Amino acid sequence: MSDDTKDTGGPEPREDGGPQGRVIGTPSPARDKALLAAGPISAPAGAGEELDEAAAKRAERIVAAFFLLAFAGSVAFIAYYIGWSGRHGGMHGVDRARESNFWLGGMMALSFLALAIGVTIWVRRLMTSKPIIQERHELAADEETRAAFAEDFLQGAADSGITKRPLLRRTLLLAAAPLGLAPLVLLRDLGPLPEKRLRHTFWGEAVKKAQAEGKKGVRLVVDGTNRPLRVSDFSSPGSMITVLPEGIEEDVPETEVLTQTAKAVTILINVPADQFKPAKGRENWHVNGIVAYSKICTHVGCPAALYEQTTHHILCPCHQSTFDATDAAKVVFGPAARPLPQLPLAEENGYLVATSDYHEPIGPSFWERG
Amino acid sequence: MKRFTAWRRRPWAGYAVVLAALAAIGVIYAGFSPQTDRAEAENTAQAAQDLANGKQLFNKNCASCHGLNAEGTKDAKGKPIAPSLIGVGAASVDFQVSTGRMPAMNPGAQMPRKEPIPEFNTSIKTDYSEPEKREEAEKQKALAEKNLADLRAYIASLAIGPAVPPASAVDPTKGDVALGGKLFRTNCAQCHNFTGQGGALTGGKYAPPLSGSDVTPTQIYEAMLTGPQAMPVFNDTTLTPKDKQAIISYLVQTREEPNPGGNGLGRIGPVSEGLAGWLIGIGLLVLAAMWITAKKPKKLKKS
Amino acid sequence: MSEATAPKAIEGTLGFIDERLGSTTFFKRNVKKVFPDHWSFMLGEIALYSFIILLLTGTFLTLWFKPSMTEVVYDGSYTKLNGVKMSEAYASTLDISFDVRGGLLMRQIHHWAAVLFMASIMAHMLRVFFTGAYRKPRELNWLIGLGMFTLGMLEGLFGYSLPDDLLSGTGLRITQGVTEAIPLVGTYIYMFLFGGEFPGDDIVPRLFTLHILLIPGVILGMVTAHMMIMWHQKHTAMPVKNQTEQQVYGYPFYPVFMAKTGAYFLFTFGVLALMGAFVQINPIWLFGPYDPGAISAGSQPDWYMGVMEGALRIMPNWEISAWGHTLSLNVLIPATVPLGIIFGGAGAWPFIEAWVTGDKRQHHVNTRPRNAPVRTATGMAAVAFYGLLWVAGANDVIADKFHVSMFALTWFFRVTVFVGPFLAFVITKRICLGLQRKDANVIGHGVESGIIVMSPDGKYSERHEPAREQERAVILSKENTRPEAPARDANGIPAPDTKGPLGHLRARLNRAWTFDDIPVEEHEEHGEVESGKEPKQLSH
Repeated sequence: MSDDTKDTGGPEPREDGGPQGRVIGTPSPARDKALLAAGPISAPAGAGEELDEAAAKRAERIVAAFFLLAFAGSVAFIAYYIGWSGRHGGMHGVDRARESNFWLGGMMALSFLALAIGVTIWVRRLMTSKPIIQERHELAADEETRAAFAEDFLQGAADSGITKRPLLRRTLLLAAAPLGLAPLVLLRDLGPLPEKRLRHTFWGEAVKKAQAEGKKGVRLVVDGTNRPLRVSDFSSPGSMITVLPEGIEEDVPETEVLTQTAKAVTILINVPADQFKPAKGRENWHVNGIVAYSKICTHVGCPAALYEQTTHHILCPCHQSTFDATDAAKVVFGPAARPLPQLPLAEENGYLVATSDYHEPIGPSFWERG
Repeated sequence: MKRFTAWRRRPWAGYAVVLAALAAIGVIYAGFSPQTDRAEAENTAQAAQDLANGKQLFNKNCASCHGLNAEGTKDAKGKPIAPSLIGVGAASVDFQVSTGRMPAMNPGAQMPRKEPIPEFNTSIKTDYSEPEKREEAEKQKALAEKNLADLRAYIASLAIGPAVPPASAVDPTKGDVALGGKLFRTNCAQCHNFTGQGGALTGGKYAPPLSGSDVTPTQIYEAMLTGPQAMPVFNDTTLTPKDKQAIISYLVQTREEPNPGGNGLGRIGPVSEGLAGWLIGIGLLVLAAMWITAKKPKKLKKS
Repeated sequence: MSEATAPKAIEGTLGFIDERLGSTTFFKRNVKKVFPDHWSFMLGEIALYSFIILLLTGTFLTLWFKPSMTEVVYDGSYTKLNGVKMSEAYASTLDISFDVRGGLLMRQIHHWAAVLFMASIMAHMLRVFFTGAYRKPRELNWLIGLGMFTLGMLEGLFGYSLPDDLLSGTGLRITQGVTEAIPLVGTYIYMFLFGGEFPGDDIVPRLFTLHILLIPGVILGMVTAHMMIMWHQKHTAMPVKNQTEQQVYGYPFYPVFMAKTGAYFLFTFGVLALMGAFVQINPIWLFGPYDPGAISAGSQPDWYMGVMEGALRIMPNWEISAWGHTLSLNVLIPATVPLGIIFGGAGAWPFIEAWVTGDKRQHHVNTRPRNAPVRTATGMAAVAFYGLLWVAGANDVIADKFHVSMFALTWFFRVTVFVGPFLAFVITKRICLGLQRKDANVIGHGVESGIIVMSPDGKYSERHEPAREQERAVILSKENTRPEAPARDANGIPAPDTKGPLGHLRARLNRAWTFDDIPVEEHEEHGEVESGKEPKQLSH
């Protein structure tokens, strides 16, 4: 409201300046006079309507009743909180939270609404103020003030010397420029550079480790139970399950598990062999129609996990990108532009294993992806 | 008695009676509905008779679509009309028939859940106050259970398939709820929503809601085991019976859990919340604003 | 008002302040400031009061919330999650809900207040737009309001992400996917935002600071500026009797408006408490902790992000791959274009309108929507565009509830998002013109009185009576368009602002704005009477 205070100087000359010392931004005396007239025109202050006293008394009692109700509501709120909500060692669990939410919220609502209704009836039935009319004043300053201000402004600039002394001006600008950039530099340590992080997943590491031990690849474990899957375990056509590379919980630092899971999470689907069309160059990436695709949608990264065994569609529940599980997860519908990356599978000692990392970056597209 | 008569006249009495009646129905229904004990045939003669009954029921209710030998049927262009039932197992039959999905009335994008046909309706009302009516209903229910069992036995006799889980495997109080929640969110929630409210699939199909009135623990187990319609299969070697029990426990306990924050808005997340915010929140406040700014009542003024 | 009767305590305090700040002059000038009444003027107040409630409840929540992604194993009173690994943020949100008395209530009020905050800003902006209240001199407040809505979206998104439940994590995942799609610097911004790869363990603390400090601070500053400008410029008034460009008619601030707005604050708090108590919102315990491999059907953002969600859903899968680089138009277009059109268009509109109509005057009396058909129609087109994208954001819920094909529904939205606004424009404009015609009839011929009179020669006719005074004042608030000055004057010299292609464009747009205006005109004698009456009305 400080903007209005500039209008508050009365018509008297100010103590701090005399007639010449009008502070920039204060209105000219002429305008002040106009403002004085801006007060209520119709009714003199204090004059109001006269009420029918009997009706007013009734209204007063109604308002008082609502205020008493509000009082009772907040007293009940406090009483419930102190007296009941903490019984038997405090509020814990769903049922007690439900009860507490019901009473605390209900009493709070009662209290506020009763107060609100009371005040509204008060305004509508008991306040005697009449509507009044006020002048709207021109917002812009008059020509004279503007001119005076412009003059002051230019005079100030000239006095400061900034217009006259280019060296001063230019070096000041020069000094300010890097200062503005400094905070940006400070933000550099917010995070690492992307490097090749987005191009590989934990499958690669796990496969490498397994192959170093002379195995063919890393076993697939069920997300949630960590049980390695045998080919025979997953033999029912139409099956689907979420899998992770074995060892992701043990071999990764604890703080990294979610980050690695977010990239490595994979869906395993058993497509009936007669409907499966392996893509060129990926003829041996499946085991009897058991295929693995990245669960991370290539649109914006939701888990695309909704598999319909009748149509063999994999659907992302976030934005409905739809992929065909029988045909290398090609896009059938929706906003995703790329198929879900496929994980090469093989069988080793009866277990399902992944024989390499995904051959392309998983998840949403990015500029450097190529 | 007099006081009772007075109560009866109160305005809330009607609601109270309706509520009490609903509660009573609910309690009795809950007591009767998850009937999982299945009368097993005592001897082979009986079994053969049951099998014959099953075959007869099959011929009458199922064979028109699935073929006389349950081999499935195709239309003129070779497009399958109904799948073969050889090897689908008892679990599949139990699920499809006890949820009323089969026998299907007319083929559509998806078979909806409905009241099973009388011959197989094992969840009929039996709590009549008249003894003779109750007796009849109980008899009918027993017959329906036998019919269903015979049909299951017949299909199971065609080829080996998943069997109906024992009652102990689907007891929702026995599973590991925390594990069940994790497995449910990873493998089920993408279609059925985080609390099993159902969701959309492609082509007008949908994942059905999993509320207490839609599906019993046994049916949940059977659905996972057999993958009805568009649903993928989760066989017992992928998700072990223990995992399945965990999922059932999570789902049943969650759906029975009250909503601590008030009305759950269908538990479908932000869509209904946004609607409630606009309709209830903005709606009530606009009404309040209209009241506050309405013209003052004239009659208050002294004339 | 008279100082002699003021109680000592009040007088003493006022005197104390006055002697130090010189405040009495200010109070004297403002204590009776007039506020015009209309229910729709209170929509903005919902936003103001929701914001205050957000600050209060939010502060309460920070006392227990732990903005940390450190993994803990939950062992608490929500027994269904016992033994589950989760972040401290999620665990502490569970504690607030189930172990802090009133915690769940505060969480729910906070979230409902956020929903109402955004909803009321939008309702308020629609009111301002359709009544033309954004016109000079109020363009700055219009822009500040747009800024607050934009910041509110961010603030809401960040708040939604803090509890680290499955829905909030999914929202963050989508945010990350969209960030990654930015050409050239996307992956860098992604890494800097998350402090490494998604989800990492920095994002919740970072968003927390933005959510509780930076953005609310900026919004608070904007709210203050918004209120001060409104106070200084005085509120606009509806075009009713007694309201003119020079004068404002209404109840004084003290005591009437003060009591009304106080009551409305109580109503806002009361309704929010009511919703917090009886309508559950964001049940994070049901969503479970965030798990990058899990997802739920019906994963939606809060309503104000629905437009972006809808745009992402209905966008065709366009992506350009060339020279080793990928440009994800399927993400970039929906993320920027629809909201860019809406916000950019809304921000530029007051200036475009002033340019087209050539109207550089100040306006304090609002326009009835029918009297500015092009504006109203454009507004409705924007509403249709926004609304369709918004509904498209819930296409899976619609497909599920009505068992329609999701792909067909997506195609429906792909078409209607272009056709709908066009239809809305045409239909709205027709309706506006129809209403104008009706108004012109009322003024020109009067209102049908229902009284049948028989003339001496036996003809029956219905008597038309002049409309009531209030009604006439409303209808006559219409400013008939004046014919635009001819593009060339008698000497063939073009008018200054019709030169060049821009001038031509302006002239054509101006014609489109005005050509089908239906003037409201009184009969001569009526006009005489009215104009004689007018000053009398004002001075009573």
